[in-house]
Amino acid sequence: MANYIRPIELPDALAALAERKFFVLAGATDFYPAQVGRVTDHDILDLGGVEALAGIERQGDYWRIGAMATWRDLVDADLPPCFAGLKQAARQVGGPQIQNTATIAGNLCNASPAADGVPPLLCLAAEIEFQDQAGVHVLPLSEFILGNRRTALRPDQVLTAILVPTLLEQGRAGFAKLGARSSLVISIVMVAGLLQLDEQGRVANANLAVGACSEVAQRLALLEAELIGQSDLSSVVRPEHFSHLSPLDDHRGTAAYRLDAAATITKRLLQDLSS
Amino acid sequence: MTRDKVDLSFFLNGQRREVKLDPMLRLSETLREEFGFTGVKVGCDAGDCGACTVLLDGRQVCACLVPTARINDSSVVTAEGMAGNGFLSRVQHAFLRHAAVQCGACIPGMLAAATDIAASQHHPTREAVMHGLGGVLCRCTGYQNIVAAIMDAGQDPSPIEMPDGPAIGVSLPRTDAIDKLTGAANFGADAMPENTLWLRAVRSPHAAARFTIGKLDDLYVQHPGLHKILTAADIPGNKCFGIYPDLKDQPVFAIDQIRYPGEAVLALVGERDALAAISDDDLPIVYEPLDRIVGMADARIKGARQLHAASPGNLLIEAALRKGEGAVENHPHTATGRWTTGFVEHAYLEPEAGFAQRVDDRLHIYVTTQTPYMDRDEVALIMGLEPEQVRIIPAVCGGGFGGKLDQSVQPMLALAAWTLADLDRPVACVYSRPESMAASTKRHPAQIDARFACDAEGRLQAMEMTADFDTGAYASWGPTVAGRVPVHGSGPYHLPNAHIQARAYYSNNPPSGAFRGFGVPQIALAHEALMDDLAEQVNMDPLEFRLKNALRAGDHTATGQLLTASAGLDQCLQALRPHWHAALEAVAKHNEQNTILRRGVGLGCMWYGCGNTGMSNPSQVRVTLSADGRIILYNGAVDIGQGSFTIMRQICADGLGLPVAMIDQVTGDTDLTPDAGKTSASRQTYVTGKATELAALDLRQQILRLANADEHAVISISDGIVRIGETAVALSRLAADEDGVVLCGEGTFDPPATALDENGQGEPYGTYAFAAQMAMVEVDVELGTTKVTRIVAAHDVGKAINPAQVEGQIQGGIAQGLGLALMEEYLPGRTENLHDYLIPTVGDMPPIEVILVEDPDPNGPQGAKGVGEPGLVPTAPAILAAIKSATGVRVHQVPATPDRLRAAILNQRDLGRQT
Repeated sequence: MANYIRPIELPDALAALAERKFFVLAGATDFYPAQVGRVTDHDILDLGGVEALAGIERQGDYWRIGAMATWRDLVDADLPPCFAGLKQAARQVGGPQIQNTATIAGNLCNASPAADGVPPLLCLAAEIEFQDQAGVHVLPLSEFILGNRRTALRPDQVLTAILVPTLLEQGRAGFAKLGARSSLVISIVMVAGLLQLDEQGRVANANLAVGACSEVAQRLALLEAELIGQSDLSSVVRPEHFSHLSPLDDHRGTAAYRLDAAATITKRLLQDLSS
Repeated sequence: MTRDKVDLSFFLNGQRREVKLDPMLRLSETLREEFGFTGVKVGCDAGDCGACTVLLDGRQVCACLVPTARINDSSVVTAEGMAGNGFLSRVQHAFLRHAAVQCGACIPGMLAAATDIAASQHHPTREAVMHGLGGVLCRCTGYQNIVAAIMDAGQDPSPIEMPDGPAIGVSLPRTDAIDKLTGAANFGADAMPENTLWLRAVRSPHAAARFTIGKLDDLYVQHPGLHKILTAADIPGNKCFGIYPDLKDQPVFAIDQIRYPGEAVLALVGERDALAAISDDDLPIVYEPLDRIVGMADARIKGARQLHAASPGNLLIEAALRKGEGAVENHPHTATGRWTTGFVEHAYLEPEAGFAQRVDDRLHIYVTTQTPYMDRDEVALIMGLEPEQVRIIPAVCGGGFGGKLDQSVQPMLALAAWTLADLDRPVACVYSRPESMAASTKRHPAQIDARFACDAEGRLQAMEMTADFDTGAYASWGPTVAGRVPVHGSGPYHLPNAHIQARAYYSNNPPSGAFRGFGVPQIALAHEALMDDLAEQVNMDPLEFRLKNALRAGDHTATGQLLTASAGLDQCLQALRPHWHAALEAVAKHNEQNTILRRGVGLGCMWYGCGNTGMSNPSQVRVTLSADGRIILYNGAVDIGQGSFTIMRQICADGLGLPVAMIDQVTGDTDLTPDAGKTSASRQTYVTGKATELAALDLRQQILRLANADEHAVISISDGIVRIGETAVALSRLAADEDGVVLCGEGTFDPPATALDENGQGEPYGTYAFAAQMAMVEVDVELGTTKVTRIVAAHDVGKAINPAQVEGQIQGGIAQGLGLALMEEYLPGRTENLHDYLIPTVGDMPPIEVILVEDPDPNGPQGAKGVGEPGLVPTAPAILAAIKSATGVRVHQVPATPDRLRAAILNQRDLGRQT
């Protein structure tokens, strides 16, 4: 007999996890597809009843995206401009049904190389809050996701919130996803960007990230540095800015194509964000 | 594995429920199994298809991804709960008005998504509709009428009236539309008896292997609910099946050798929970992998391992056509090329499903199928029974496109139900999506080399084509493809000289079978591209070039057949001409200003023989008049979404001269209906339609004779009295048989066709459909992405019996053609799901304008011809031509995925620099 528990309070969830291993369920949209043709015999801890994990709100120096906030919640939330890229990503995750149920936190915990949420959140310098019985921990997103389907989360821990610093609030943000069809598609390449411009329209700060071109989405540090002080942005982009990526050759696209497309999309995104 | 049930309280379709349920069962399963709401369709269990979409607190969700526990304190609405007090909801009614329903498997999900959209916006924009529907796939409709319906859902539902006068030419709603809109229609998985046993096939993970099955006895001890493990040894009759009587090479269960990944090795039969507890790894099957014959290149290598003893060189079949001289090089202008295509998956929304029950010394099989009579005969051979001992009852079929013309669950279920007769329980099976994709047939991958030649004036003179096909592990419909290809290789053009060769090779791939067009969509890529190349060489407009060479009545085809009538390519091209000129102008204007987003326009033409190639394929239909005045049409033409249950009623009504509302119908049960053949080859409207017309006319004659009336007399029937002109006859005075039938009309039609000789000469079809389509695209040359922005499709259908259904067929065919051109490629072992295998979503489909040309066929019912396959054939060539127009790049391999097209564009630029 498999177990199913649905705690109402977070401490109860953490207590249960300290005792034994559970599959922690948020939106469930990555859970069931992995069970096609199989019996779901996991012991389940369902976070759906924990009110404290719902919602998106500003708390002090952070925007706090609760672990149970869905993509749809994000689209519907009244958020500052820096969230524009994440919102664009939200409208392209799966189809509307997925957006209505899947959580942003779950997207991170699932840690797919093509997770749509990761590049925009990298650009937002998001931090991940997670808890266990010992207390609350925070890691930058870039240190939270360790590899393909691997995160820093231990089995006794729960991701409780995604924290986005308010520092970047007024940044211009965008997201572009390239897939082989219009919706319900896994990205071939995606690029997110967040720019802060000075009064002359020159780049004061640039955060850029590319997804689906490496095991974990990567920031474009070299390009970000070269963009500082520039105003004609697309001309700055060169192939070397992407040389740290290691895309796959697969049925969605060749590695060479992915790099080529990443550069094109980055150029266009920079053009959009700076105009 | 089970879980403790939890108390849940919720509203389900407006009713408050407080029940204990398994918290982690998928909501889709709970709704189907616990509450019987089988309108919730299961297409993938992975959130990839949206067929199970329901409303949860008013928002669309995939029920397959929602834990049942999550509905606590919430409200769930399925298709069954949308209509109220006997009235359809506004959205349902709009779907009915707009002929948005075909097979219906996506419809409950579409309705949920549509209701969500309509609830937030009374008059939603097209953009809002496209976004809101982005998560529900449809494989039949091309989404056109669904989008139109939702945009129109705010309108008051006006009643739909049935015509009293002639029914042919009227866009009547489908007879099955209401059932499909309210979740009442029972598809293959929707009518499982309560006490059923279940069957699960265990399939090979290897493409090529020898195998042995070890001792199975222990499994029965470990799993008391496991009643039987079936292997090839249990089969009493033919251990192999196949379409052709002399080519039954596909085993029900593999015998010693595995020839493709996903081939069934054995089947487990037992209680559902018991089967679920057995992992494939628990079975003592030992595989010894063999070198895999990956494709045609491998199969043809001298010394390659031979997959079938009867087929040296792995050659399944070779067919040729020779008319006049080949001698392409003797003419002033020649164009040449090679095209390659991959496997294409049918991706019907409804996976294979059904159940079988032994009834005394007979087998009853309820199954989703395109071909009940072939199923009956094949199962009889496998079981060693007489055909009459097998009864096939077709379920509502959730899409077929050729993929449900082969055996799937039928033989396994028959064997299980027969073998376990002492348990006296039905046996059921439903394929999962990955299983459906791995096990079922595919479109043949092709490699086509073609050359066409014309004279200085642009008159086609000669052509040559060699088309090779990967037929996969077993023959299936491979010979049919090889048969159709030589006939159609010349394209819909007059060619005095033609040499065509088609070959099909075995490989360790899924069996390639029937798929909408039987090889013709593949070769159309070649002949259409070469038309454009020759037109360019002789400096002619591509449309005028085609018009000059179009086959017309009075011409002989490449098989030597004289076309006496109904060859409407000329009219189709003329109908496209104004659109073509406007598009050329718009594209040129756009491209003057744009170097990155380039637009293009292209043409594709086709012809397609309706019915089987060069062989008899009759349909029989019966229409009866009962003593109580009922007219019953016994219609064996299975409706797989294309509309034959509606169309035959229309033809029957007009044949009798009675209102269509009077025609009752018994459909597609091999015990009840005469054999109307298979639903394939674009034959049902033409062949069964004609048989229906003949049966109706026969009954009408018999009625007229009751009063010695002339053929123009008006007939009416009411209150058990038939009135013929001024004469009234009480039906109770006529002798009735045991079923109460007083008069019976019968009709048989076998299209006039002759077998092809050794040079491929003859009259292989009774009639041909013709079409010309125009595609407009926008290509992002930096990313290699193609967006199709518009399609105009002109089709000669002879006569549109039900114009809305005809348009629906064409729109749906175009969607599949677009998929073939741009995104669909099945890779065995890698894309066995609907997120790796991509079919067009609503946002991929452009607006489609259909122009119906009616050049009547003298044999067809009221002049009608088939339209099922023709919609698909010209689309991919038109899109590729439009890409060439936009970029200058000729794509020779489909799908033209972004990476392939980008590589081709870069390659062309490199060549440009070198020269």
